[in-house]
Amino acid sequence: MTISRRTFLGGVATGAGLMLTGTAEAAGSKHFPGYPGRYGLLHDTTLCVGCRSCEAGCQEVNGLPPLETPTEDKSVFDKKRGTTDKAFTVVNRYDGGDADKPPVYRKQQCMHCNEPCCESVCFVGAFTKTPEGPVLYDPSICVGCRYCVMVCPYYALGYEYDEPVTPRVMRCTMCYPRIKKGLNPGCADACPTGAITFGKREDLIKVARERIRKQPDRYIDHIYGEHEFGGASWMVLAGVPFGQLDLHEGATHTPIPEMGSGFLSVVPLIVSIYPGLLAGIYAFTKRKEKLARLSKEAAVAETLAAAEEETKKKLADAAKRAAKEKESAIASAVKKALAEARDAGGDEDSKEGAK
Amino acid sequence: MTQLERPAGRMLTPFNVIAGLILAGGAVIALIRFVCGLSAVTNLSHYNPWGLWIGFDVMTGVALAAGGFVISAAVYLFGLKEYHPIVRPAILTAFLGYALVVVGLLFDLGRPWRLPYPFIVRAGPTSALFEVALCVALYLTTLFVEFTPAVFEWLGMRIWRKVVVSLTIALTIFGVVLSTMHQSSLGALYLVTPTKLHPLWYSPYIPVQFFVSAVAAGLSMVIFESMLSHRAFSDRAEISHEQLDGLTIGLSKGAAVVLAIYFAIKMLGITLEDKWHHLTTPMGGWFLVEILGFVLLPCILFLIGYRERKPGLIRFTALVTVIGIILNRLNVSLFAFNWDLPPESRYVPHWMEIWITVSIVTLGVVVFRWIVNRMPILHEHPNFKGMH
Repeated sequence: MTISRRTFLGGVATGAGLMLTGTAEAAGSKHFPGYPGRYGLLHDTTLCVGCRSCEAGCQEVNGLPPLETPTEDKSVFDKKRGTTDKAFTVVNRYDGGDADKPPVYRKQQCMHCNEPCCESVCFVGAFTKTPEGPVLYDPSICVGCRYCVMVCPYYALGYEYDEPVTPRVMRCTMCYPRIKKGLNPGCADACPTGAITFGKREDLIKVARERIRKQPDRYIDHIYGEHEFGGASWMVLAGVPFGQLDLHEGATHTPIPEMGSGFLSVVPLIVSIYPGLLAGIYAFTKRKEKLARLSKEAAVAETLAAAEEETKKKLADAAKRAAKEKESAIASAVKKALAEARDAGGDEDSKEGAK
Repeated sequence: MTQLERPAGRMLTPFNVIAGLILAGGAVIALIRFVCGLSAVTNLSHYNPWGLWIGFDVMTGVALAAGGFVISAAVYLFGLKEYHPIVRPAILTAFLGYALVVVGLLFDLGRPWRLPYPFIVRAGPTSALFEVALCVALYLTTLFVEFTPAVFEWLGMRIWRKVVVSLTIALTIFGVVLSTMHQSSLGALYLVTPTKLHPLWYSPYIPVQFFVSAVAAGLSMVIFESMLSHRAFSDRAEISHEQLDGLTIGLSKGAAVVLAIYFAIKMLGITLEDKWHHLTTPMGGWFLVEILGFVLLPCILFLIGYRERKPGLIRFTALVTVIGIILNRLNVSLFAFNWDLPPESRYVPHWMEIWITVSIVTLGVVVFRWIVNRMPILHEHPNFKGMH
């Protein structure tokens, strides 16, 4: 089974479950080795003399303004230059290491990564890795957030900051239109020393290995761009450590998009777990409040009932006491009356006796 | 005074004059930016495509606006009802904060009128930025709806108010989900810049770090903002100073716990990736300033403030924490980003970028004032008392 790159990426870095692009295929056990037969370029810095013909050729085929400083003027190398929206490739000069060693020139441009992070981070999907190798950009949907410019580990993307209405991301296209016509990229055609080779990427790797094998003293035994960050269409050979040439020596082979995909796979989990969890917490809070209210009500009712009981008892007691008091009052009243009656009778007797 | 009355007062107060001047300057710069392009007013470059407007207005703005979801979750979901009086100001602050994030974004985007493209033209779901965009759009809408009861009370629209109030729990849950996602996604933006962000700030845990620190930022902003608005609008505030002090002390306990967690996660990242040796470099010193001076120290101060019941100390600590979060977001987006580029390729904001940022913050304060002076935010509307 062959999986297309788009499906593969879709599977690796599926966004939130809300989004519906491609099929979310579980690609965990699969490895996408890249489009077969895609093109690439090899820059052999040991052959580069810093003539900047590639720069001039690039400007020409891309319809960019001609070079500001002529190719003969070597003073441009006094300062490190980066690619811009008006210069898709620049050559910089680096120390050869020892003082007696000649300087090294390295051409920089978009590397056309196998797994481009500019493509993965674009929130409108304006970048496409073509089966031919070049990474293409579609300005017709670009919003201009420049996240692609910000993530590129090679600082290869330029932006038209001076363009108020239609600013675009500008960079090397690997001369995609020329490749489609069967032509070489402009820089490769312009190079007079054979430092730039265009061809099928797999063939270029063989060529590079062969050069290293034949002249092990001339080269560092490494093809930069074969595996770094998942590999790129552009590859570099050098006689000095790549770190000296501002390249990421010892960089991981993990494609940069993969470093972000782990997090994105958590997002659907948050969406699916959180609402239930939070609603549960709310329900628990509510329940706790309800239980507290119920137990409070019960306690109040109990107290009330007890109080009522008490009152009743008190009332009953009072009634009893009242009845008793009444009884005793009656009894004492009767007694008193009797006593009075007796007294009165005695008086009468004494009165009668006195008669 | 009834609620519908405009507050009487002179227009030419010092505040109005200064705010007016700042905003007028901002309007001129805005005109230049949209007529002549970004290069006319910014120092953005091909090395540094993201500057102050992303680093402060977006990254920091979103973190500082986290108080809305933190307080509404505490009150409505976790049942901490005593904090109810500060829900509305927190939600208003969050709503304005997010609205201003979008304003800042409109300045920064190359073609701002295409902002809805990720939703209506083509989605890029492999991007953390897509998630940020989606969540911020949805959350801004959520905050707007959460804020509307105050507007409906102000306008006396009882039925509408009732409808929205009945949605409170659902809106709060939605807000927490969205906030968790985009606060962490803002950190996740930097997962794909392992070569550009300094190792002490780059971490696979950066999404979690951003989320937890945003909670601390939100709590601190609520503490700080409630004090400011209580002073500035004391005639409108419903709760007494003593009550606010009580709430502040309670919040400080929460903030201390969150900062402790944040400190632990930061240390975990350094330890698991064995980055201790970076601490002896100049960038390491700068990192220690951030992590000790603006995370560990406020954590301890919050605890002392809580134990000793010192609202003044807590408010000062909240300010320190807010500065610390600003520092962290600026470190990640500006100072520790592209840290190994030569000085001439580093980014320093243009004064007009700073002016726009100051204008946006000023706009927020002006709108906040306008709303608080009219709508029932710091107090309950007399017609709707106790109906929450």
